[in-house]
Amino acid sequence: MDKVYHIPEEAVANIRDGSMIAIGGFFATGVPRALLRAIIAKNVRDLTLACGSGPLMGAADEAKRLVENGQIRKVIDSYCLPRSASKGRDNPLEKKIRQGLIELEVYPMGTLAEKYRAAGAGIPAFYVETGAGSLVQESVLTNIEKNRQPKEIRRINGRDYVLEYAVKPDVALVHAYKGDWEGNLQFRKTARNFNHIMAMAGQVTIAEVENLVEPGEIEPDKIHTPGIFVQRIVQASSETYAVSID
Amino acid sequence: MKPFEGLSREIIALRISKEIEDGSYVNLGIGIPTLISDWVEGRDIILQSEIGMCKTGPIAYDADVDQDLVNASCQPVTEVPGSAYFDICDSFAMIRGGHIDVTVMGAFQVNEKGDFASWNNPDRGLGMVGNIGGSMDLAVGAKKLFIAMEHTTNQGELKILKELSYPATAREKVNMIFTDIAVIEVTTEGLVLKEIYPGLTPEDVQSVTEPRLIIDPAIKEIEL
Repeated sequence: MDKVYHIPEEAVANIRDGSMIAIGGFFATGVPRALLRAIIAKNVRDLTLACGSGPLMGAADEAKRLVENGQIRKVIDSYCLPRSASKGRDNPLEKKIRQGLIELEVYPMGTLAEKYRAAGAGIPAFYVETGAGSLVQESVLTNIEKNRQPKEIRRINGRDYVLEYAVKPDVALVHAYKGDWEGNLQFRKTARNFNHIMAMAGQVTIAEVENLVEPGEIEPDKIHTPGIFVQRIVQASSETYAVSID
Repeated sequence: MKPFEGLSREIIALRISKEIEDGSYVNLGIGIPTLISDWVEGRDIILQSEIGMCKTGPIAYDADVDQDLVNASCQPVTEVPGSAYFDICDSFAMIRGGHIDVTVMGAFQVNEKGDFASWNNPDRGLGMVGNIGGSMDLAVGAKKLFIAMEHTTNQGELKILKELSYPATAREKVNMIFTDIAVIEVTTEGLVLKEIYPGLTPEDVQSVTEPRLIIDPAIKEIEL
């Protein structure tokens, strides 16, 4: 089964306006930058970017271009604003969020991770204690007031739990260290983070890999994401970037 | 202006490190908690980082920096014998599932019931959104939750309050509060003042703490 595309632009070619696109990575680490640049080049618009923990802060140049091109309608994340208020005022994404031109929906990180995993695992919703007793239990937290849907609470064994729904992206973009033609992926160190569950969650998952190899070159016992979760794979050269944020 | 000058951030971190028992799995939040890693180096304590690593090694510098190896505060770290990497859902299974012995986090405010606020500063004017990160999951799952913070803001506003004025991160989860001038335990009877910065009196600490403090009969100077 050959899932190889030659260049990132080709791998993202049929992504449509209005799509929900999941992006792997934790701040700067393990972000599919080459695929993000292909999305920028293609000028696909009205996007919902489904993140886990700040890949748009980590890939700041790509994020700035996506924001300035007006390609983003909404961002889902647990942590995507600069820590300091003064840096926030100059941040292109934060500015649009303040103006209400981009919607931001926030969740606790572990809940968000589970929302993507649930989507990939065929689970429509789940109960979780995280967020009980906070604003998280009252409604969806978003800067757009009309979208603050109330949440359901269920008391189980004397404790309150919040009902959280799966989030199913149309497309997932992930970054891996190694991948074979059939889509089996291996990550490196803490660059794994959200990439495996984003690959599970995407209806179509596109993986950029630093090393594209023949099937068999990754030892079967050392495959982190089996190729069944990956529909397209493309070589992207490794890049150096600053890891610290803020 | 802060009414009292107390411990530096590094020394608050040192004091907290003494409260962590050998054999513990520990998660450290951004800010003062991150500084604790320097003080537990060499001890039998395993640091869990929510990005997906157990047993993070010392901070990496220069040629040792690997951009694929960072902790959740985005500091380059190192691998040591016994380190393990894992997926984000496994990481939050550890956190939410009650496998972390001690979590240390910063906070804007704490109250006498052990509620705390850390994710949304209303003064920033972002309304219902902010950076939650892993804070709520960590608070829910930790066997012990320690808060590390300055006792007041730089402007002298109180941070230990009867009721939070900022949105809560979690309710009734905080066990201990470590500040630059005091060590306070959260109990069902209220806040117990256990240790105090040398030269200050319990009345001094009470003057910058809104809820009534219970003075531990064995109160002592902060032990380093």
